[in-house]
Parts: sequence; structure tokens; C-alpha cells
Amino acid sequence: MRHRFSWRPYLAGALVGVLATLSVLASTLVLGKTQFLGASTTFVRAAGFIEQEIDPARVKANPYFAKTVAKFDWQFMVIVGIFIGALAASLADGSFKLEAVPPVWRERFGGGVGRRAAGAFLGGVVAMFGARLADGCPSGHGLSGLMQLSVSGFIALALFFGTGILVAALVYREKGGLR
Amino acid sequence: MSEQWLGLITGICFGALLQQGRVLRFEKQVGAMLLRDMTIMKFMMSAILVGMVGIHLLASMEIVKLSPKATLLGALIVGGALFGAGWAVMGFCPGTSVGAVGEGRWHAVWAILGMIAGAALYAEAYAALEKSLLAWGDFGKLTLPGALGVSPWVIIPVLGGVFLLVFVFFERKGL
Repeated sequence: MRHRFSWRPYLAGALVGVLATLSVLASTLVLGKTQFLGASTTFVRAAGFIEQEIDPARVKANPYFAKTVAKFDWQFMVIVGIFIGALAASLADGSFKLEAVPPVWRERFGGGVGRRAAGAFLGGVVAMFGARLADGCPSGHGLSGLMQLSVSGFIALALFFGTGILVAALVYREKGGLR
Repeated sequence: MSEQWLGLITGICFGALLQQGRVLRFEKQVGAMLLRDMTIMKFMMSAILVGMVGIHLLASMEIVKLSPKATLLGALIVGGALFGAGWAVMGFCPGTSVGAVGEGRWHAVWAILGMIAGAALYAEAYAALEKSLLAWGDFGKLTLPGALGVSPWVIIPVLGGVFLLVFVFFERKGL
């Protein structure tokens, strides 16, 4: 594959570093509560919102939902914002594209929507269980953790990628060995 | 300004930058795990490089306090491994999944639903885990400068130098 150098990931990444700094500063000054970028806690709150509709007593009795109450907090709104920001940016530069099955997946598993849905759902279940156990995801541990030079961030990120590389090699292996 | 508005504005900027860095896509995330395309590593490491300087400057000026997550070795190892395995199949991480739907890759909706289910499952398992895995290997809120007994301003240039060398390596290899 031909490779052309691009500033794009470096520049966008560096700007996220600026954003993370400004966000830490702004949340401290405006809210009096320092907020670091993260994402996975919001999925607990979302699960809490949904479960409250089905079985409110169960949510009330659960110690984890007591710790992470279903509410639209700062991070929840960051997640909502990510959707809006990505939508606006992709519409603005014409890179918005409706996609039911990603190309790399199609190469290995074909274009079936059901198979992709099952893979993404099950992968999501396992990944989020892991993220909550590890207390963070590539945003909270990876970005915010390493920016603070926290030991947990280094360990988590090494395991995220280490296992990811192993499992990806197994899952997307084509006939005739690794590519 | 309310907590919610500040979060929303921060998120919109974050989402636009994730999208412009092209890191929201399944093929970029899995591409890094298949060691074919290091876009997400370049993006993350650039963010860390700038963010660690900015945040430590704010901390050194005593404007903000750092809040590192605790190093719970058992939970980090098992949780980190589970996350990596699920991530490889799903092809999104929690933050990028929402952004991926935003740029039209709507199959990330399955991933989001799975992650909500995973969070609910974890809530069910929490009481049992709290007494077992989460209690094992607790080193507290450890930072690298704290563990090594040096100033962060010793670690930051070293880590920055390592990152720059890795960038050179990526570009030489055409990753």
C-alpha cells in the first residue's frame, strides 16, 4: 500500500491536547470541579436510565448504580457533543458516508448486516464490561491517564492494545495465515 | 454556565477533532491493531504530548489538581484484556462509537447497544467483584513521577522524545 505523509492525525491530535488542557482549566474555573475527558462512565448512566424504565427497584438496590447515578452530567453531554461535532465536521467536508458494514469486516466476514450487528454488539458487551472493571477506556485511561502520567493509564493502554493486537490477528486472519 | 453546556461545547469540539483526525472509523481502529495503519496512535500520542505539558503546567501553577485513577492491578489487567478483546471485534471504543454514528457509520449503533448492555452486566457483577478482583493489587493513585520519586518535568521531555522517535518510525515504515 502506498503511503503519503499526512499532518492530519498529528494536527488533530495536538488540538485535542489543547482541548483537554482548556477543558481541565474551564471546568475548574467555571464549575469548581476539574473534569478530565472520558467516555465509558456515560454508558453506565445510559444503562441506568434504561433499566430505571424497566425495573426501578433493581436499579435502586444496585450498589454500582448508586455510585454512578443515571444523570445527564458533564461527561454525558460530552458524549452527546461528540456525536454533534462529528456529524457537523463530516457534513462540512463531505466525508459523511452511510455505512452498514465496514470494508475490513466485509473482507473477512462478508457484507451481512446481521453478522456485523452481532459482532459489534457482543464486542461491545465484552469491551464495556472490561472498561468498567479497568475503570476507563482509551479516553479516560489512554488520553487523560497518560496526560497525567498515571501508572494506571500506562498499564491499561498497554493491555488494551496488547490484547487488541492478539485478538485482531485471530479474528481478521485470512486463509493462508496472517496478513 | 452550567455543567451540561460546558460538557456539550467540549464534546462538540472533541467530536469535530476526532472526525477530522479520521480516527472514528472502524478500519483505522482495527488497522492499528492489525499493525497496518497507525493513524489512531499518531492522534493519541500527539494529544498526550500536548495535553501532558498543558495539564502539568496548570498543576505546577496550582490552578488545577491532578486526579489520576487508582492503580488496581487485578482489575486493570483483567479489565484491560477484556476491553482489548471486545475492542478488536467491535472496532470502536466508547468515545469514538458515538462519533462514528455521527459521520454516518451507523453500524456503530450495534456497538453502542452492546456497550450499554455490558455496563448493565457489570453493574450486576459489581457486588461480587468489589470483594474479589477489585480488592487485589491496590497501589492507590499512583503516578509515574510519584512512583519514581522525580519531578514530572523530568519524565515529560523523556516521554516526549520517545513519542517523537516512534512518530519517525511510523513514517519511515509507512504505517
